[in-house]
Amino acid sequence: MKFEDMLDRTASWLKGSGPNSDIVISSRIRLARNLEKFPFPHWAKKPDSEQVLALAAAAFEKTPELKDGIFLRLDDFDNVDKQFLVERHLMSNEHAIRSSQKALFINPDENVAIMVNEEDHLRIQVMESGFDLDTTWRIMDSIDNRLSEVLTYAFKKEWGYLTACPTNTGTGMRGSIMLHLPALVMTRQINRVLEAIAKLSFTTRGLYGEGTQASGNFFQISNQVSLGSKEEEILGNIKGVIKQIIEQEEKARESLVAEHREMLEDRIWRSYGTLKNAHIISSNETVELLSMLRLGADLGIVVDVERSLINELFILTQPSHLQKFENKKLSANERDVKRAQIIRERIGG
Amino acid sequence: MICNICNKNQATVHLTEIVDDKMSELHLCDDCARKKSMQMEQQFGLSDLLAGLVDYGKQLSSVDKEATAAMHCSACGLTYEDFRKIGRLGCGECYTAFAKYLGPLLKRIHGANQHVGKSPKGISEAAYSEVLKTKSPTVNELKVSLQQAIEREDFEEAALLRDAIKESESKMKEPQNNKEPEKKKRAKQ
Ligand SMILES: [Zn+2]
Ligand SMILES: [Zn+2]
Repeated sequence: MKFEDMLDRTASWLKGSGPNSDIVISSRIRLARNLEKFPFPHWAKKPDSEQVLALAAAAFEKTPELKDGIFLRLDDFDNVDKQFLVERHLMSNEHAIRSSQKALFINPDENVAIMVNEEDHLRIQVMESGFDLDTTWRIMDSIDNRLSEVLTYAFKKEWGYLTACPTNTGTGMRGSIMLHLPALVMTRQINRVLEAIAKLSFTTRGLYGEGTQASGNFFQISNQVSLGSKEEEILGNIKGVIKQIIEQEEKARESLVAEHREMLEDRIWRSYGTLKNAHIISSNETVELLSMLRLGADLGIVVDVERSLINELFILTQPSHLQKFENKKLSANERDVKRAQIIRERIGG
Repeated sequence: MICNICNKNQATVHLTEIVDDKMSELHLCDDCARKKSMQMEQQFGLSDLLAGLVDYGKQLSSVDKEATAAMHCSACGLTYEDFRKIGRLGCGECYTAFAKYLGPLLKRIHGANQHVGKSPKGISEAAYSEVLKTKSPTVNELKVSLQQAIEREDFEEAALLRDAIKESESKMKEPQNNKEPEKKKRAKQ
């Protein structure tokens, strides 16, 4: 696998399959792990950070689950390349902004990504398509077990895995589900749902992670608490909450179809029409329209566009992807033109 | 003007937002503005909570507070005062050094302070020795090698080892030069 080849392929979690994939885009788990005897990244001096990088690279190489991946030292990556990785949900913006002595490991399917020397020495992420935390956890658990045979994790019986920030101590685990909830938004029930979630100590974020607005009806819901329950229990709690949200969205979709079919079809077909024909389109408008198109595909109203293609377009139409396609820096206006062109090429009939 | 989020309703709320050091204007309708402010509250909720919790020292008497501030982790040099400022611990050992205060803090963050989840498998010797080849030895390991070199009268090796020990010991005593939390630095980039 080579970094240069990534532009021509897409991650397996975008395939739009798996349980409840009409509403759930992806299931993601991340674990925070640190190496014993080394200061945490923000407090470490260069030689220590270099050693952590060397140990991590050697450990990944010994791990069968991480076969054929790439280990990218981010120090000399330019901003477009780093943002490209952020846009693909492979690493955090934080990791892109300050990148000395930092690295990112990616496996060929892009369902496993490991940030080295982010807030913790290791931030392991596994991501699968649809509502499938069980598969996601199975993959994660075996990678984590294997790594713990070759790396000495900072661990205390009483408090579990020790992390730079005490909000992650314990299991070091965060499970996140990315949901597409257009009907709850359109029927103005979403606030009520999100308020209820917040009370249960879950967090809600937008499509592009921390610090972003929840645009295009996408919401990412994760657990807040990481200490005091088994991993399976925490994931079980997330599953319980997500199941209820899925039910609510399903009901809202049914009532939209039953009571406002004309309005709904009009919005969906207009969105499809604009995407097919626009020559200039902003990223905000793209996300809004793709969200409607995706709803159309999920309801069987639009049948000639694959769900996986719509998913891909969310990723491919972001600024750094557009600039990688064009192989040069683009102004905001140039990007809006390039974005429209990419969309027309892929879904225009 | 039309709302930037729904692209449908008339915008009535005008915001300036800074995301990743880029400033942008947002024009929102009532509905979208309400939705957005709710999301922001949720995002900021946790960090505010943490800052409040780390300031646990406030509840102590001023004498205690001084003693707490002076507490430090002997492994990495981080003081409790540092932790209160940056909200991050310095290394795994800090959890032992500040155990007295972290116990209640963890309890308040997580509602529990006993880990019941999985634990590391433990080092498999064969696999670990492979990985160790890439790791440079610790001071203690170097000292053992030095002793062995002296015993077998390999003075050339001993001299090299002595230099290596001196170097890594001085490295450990160097003052930390990156105490400022990363988040604050972001604004300058
Ligand atoms: Zn609006
Ligand atoms: Zn420490």
